[in-house]
Amino acid sequence: MAGNVDALFIFLLIVTGMVALLIFVCLLFFAARYRQRAHVHAEQIEGSTPLELTWSIIPLFVFLAIFAWGAVIYFKERTPPRDAAEVYVVAKQWMWKLEHAEGQREINELHIPVGRDVKLIMTSQDVIHSFYVPAFRIKQDVLPGRYTTAWFRATKPGIYHLFCAEYCGTQHSGMIGSIVVLEPAQYEAWMSGGSTGPLSVTGEKVFAELGCVTCHRSDAQGRGPNLQGVFGKPVLLQDGRTLVADENYIRESILDPGAKIVNGYKPVMPTFQGLLSEEQLNALVAYVKSLSGAKPGDGSGKANADAAAAQGSQVNE
Amino acid sequence: MAMPNGPQGERENYLNKEYGVGSWLLTTDHKRIALLYLMSITFFFFIGGFFALLIRLELLTPAGDLVQADTYNKLFTMHGMVMVFFFLIPSIPAVLGNFLVPMMIGAKDLAFPRINLLSWYLYIIGGVMMLHCMLTGGVDTGWTFYTPYSTAFTNTKIVEAGLAIFVAGFSSILTGLNFVVTIHRMRAPGMTWSRLPLFIWAHYATSIIQLLGTPVVAITIVLVAAERTLHLGIFDPKLGGDPLLFQHLFWFYSHPAVYIMILPSMGIVSEIIACFSRKRIFGYNFVALSSIAIAVFGFLVWAHHLFVAGISIYAAFVFSLLSYAVAVPSAVKTFNWTATLYKGSIRYDAPMLYAFGFIGLFMMGGLTGLFLSALGIDVHVTDTYFVVAHFHYIMVGGAVMGYLGGMHFWWPKISGRLYPEGWARLAALIVFIGFHLTFFPQFVLGYLGMPRRYYDYSHMPEFQVLNVLSTAGATILGVGYLLPMIYFLWSMRYGKPAPDNPWNAAGLEWKSASPPPTFNFDVEPVVTWEAYNYEELDAPHPQEAPVVR
Repeated sequence: MAGNVDALFIFLLIVTGMVALLIFVCLLFFAARYRQRAHVHAEQIEGSTPLELTWSIIPLFVFLAIFAWGAVIYFKERTPPRDAAEVYVVAKQWMWKLEHAEGQREINELHIPVGRDVKLIMTSQDVIHSFYVPAFRIKQDVLPGRYTTAWFRATKPGIYHLFCAEYCGTQHSGMIGSIVVLEPAQYEAWMSGGSTGPLSVTGEKVFAELGCVTCHRSDAQGRGPNLQGVFGKPVLLQDGRTLVADENYIRESILDPGAKIVNGYKPVMPTFQGLLSEEQLNALVAYVKSLSGAKPGDGSGKANADAAAAQGSQVNE
Repeated sequence: MAMPNGPQGERENYLNKEYGVGSWLLTTDHKRIALLYLMSITFFFFIGGFFALLIRLELLTPAGDLVQADTYNKLFTMHGMVMVFFFLIPSIPAVLGNFLVPMMIGAKDLAFPRINLLSWYLYIIGGVMMLHCMLTGGVDTGWTFYTPYSTAFTNTKIVEAGLAIFVAGFSSILTGLNFVVTIHRMRAPGMTWSRLPLFIWAHYATSIIQLLGTPVVAITIVLVAAERTLHLGIFDPKLGGDPLLFQHLFWFYSHPAVYIMILPSMGIVSEIIACFSRKRIFGYNFVALSSIAIAVFGFLVWAHHLFVAGISIYAAFVFSLLSYAVAVPSAVKTFNWTATLYKGSIRYDAPMLYAFGFIGLFMMGGLTGLFLSALGIDVHVTDTYFVVAHFHYIMVGGAVMGYLGGMHFWWPKISGRLYPEGWARLAALIVFIGFHLTFFPQFVLGYLGMPRRYYDYSHMPEFQVLNVLSTAGATILGVGYLLPMIYFLWSMRYGKPAPDNPWNAAGLEWKSASPPPTFNFDVEPVVTWEAYNYEELDAPHPQEAPVVR
């Protein structure tokens, strides 16, 4: 991704540099050639519509090209690959709390393997923050009360700056950390310690403890919708709308169950607003996602990552 | 020279007609109100500048060692608020616009002289409230007031600062209203729309933005105050609100506000370039209409401040595209100014140097805007020093350079005195160099990833060299800004009396005396010529233009 952004940046440097040079040379040339001593009488020129159209339309087309290029990069940046490893991020004044789908928790540090797509599912406990890794050219604001997502793939092992880029109060400039990109083997070693079990398993426990399971039964006989296979699929709502169940929809359904009622069900679920920590919410979301078969971070993704890592290390050599 | 130079001190003019504090504080003369504004905004400019200096000194070293973190956060907040709301927005319209709009269209005064005075008082009330807020603790949210930090987390004086801006906003609305009505209703006979100086077109476009945009920020401030004091859930998700709604509302005004700052400057540059190349401006209609186009498109690009804030991908596409649309009229203006020089007869007096400086700085600001409008690049550089550099090139490089150019161009008219030309040229050069040295390194810093509003960068010592360069530049820039104030003040007492038309410029304001009489023209002018009739002015035996004084 960094390569794409830099390529457009360099292209823009060249284009704008040429325009600036053109104007600068014209200004200097006219300023010298037509200085009053050398050119006593100004010649009045009314203007020229063809010329005006030329220097309106040519820039417009150049602008459209830049727009399209920038939009393509942005679309990729904003569309995480399906099999990416998932990391849940909770921002608060003034620290980053990160939790891998596999259960490892970190603060202000994120360990990831080289060559693997990583998707961040982020929310804030308090004010707006922004997850910024300059080396990866990615930035995404992290908002309270909803999820925002970002993704990246590191191509070179190393330690990279992580900044908060949205002003968030006294220690804003202290809300920094690092992304530690490891070779796959080192990453395996790192992953083998410190886990409390996969996040989805934690979520399953929370799901049972809160009694969610009494209504959301897996046999479609419960008072609430069966959650098997829901994630990523279209859901028909009572008011006739259809939406795709994503992380934000699950989150909202837990905190504000009355907002979007699934067709055929009654609004009987109580709100869990204020009863759950962000971490518990993340675990629940991870659990509901795991019910849909898509298990980010399991074998298939890993094989993928190994292949990519092999590719990456070749490039590095 | 069109007018002989009369014995100055004896002629009655707006300055010597009455003396005493009362004659100033109760005046309805647009020229005196312009001077009241000049003093007030200069005061706030140096307050804002002092904050900037402290910011730059803190960033000289990576560690946070000069002030506390909270103090630093208040410094950049108050710097932004003071500079945006109490200097840049009123600067050209309220000072030069106030002085010149009636004179350029051949009117005795603005349409509503008392409302004009009221707008100054509102500005002063807002200013005093802001000063009080600063002295009793200040605000630490950044001038952008982002929620929910501003409504639920900070314990600084949000409501008070908001109210100060609210009151000052009405001053801006009233000025805009006054200009719109004046330009529609008060033009002298023969002063058709196509004969208006481009300065007037620019102020007309600016006034429209002031009228339509400012109420939105006023409402937004009220909503912030309501959520903060009454806990109404508008922006805070904990209360059921939406923090992005605030950003949409805030930028709906604050993006067009940039055009409030830059359009009048563009108007000034058009006047200066025409005068000092002795030519009618190239493509008058296109330059005039591009001001209107900027005002209209300027209202449709606000969400380009939100590309990483969590708006939808498709909304981002639309706002990126529209941002490029607003770049076209700006480019058109730059090309037309350059083309005006072609086959001109160019002089390099101080105002012209400022106009050249404007083009140089504005062009850098505009071209880097193309980077920021490109979605993929914006994600990386938004909220970094790249953005800081970009908007300073526009709002300080462009707007202030134009403002200073205008002050030099019309100072003989305003004060009736000439300033020392050599010093003025030197100051223009110092500002230009100091500005680049201050802000160019910030583009690099931003691309390297230094976020804005960082008090302490001790974990990133690699950023220090560029920060030192920037601080050095700021020192030079400070000198460049102090110089004009010193020699303008000096000239009021010791400067040579100015002739009525020292530049032999076109434009009705030059047909009045320097300084002008209270009602500007002794006889109502009748306009029979096009704008920028330099050909007639410079003809060996000029057709005697109607004497109006």
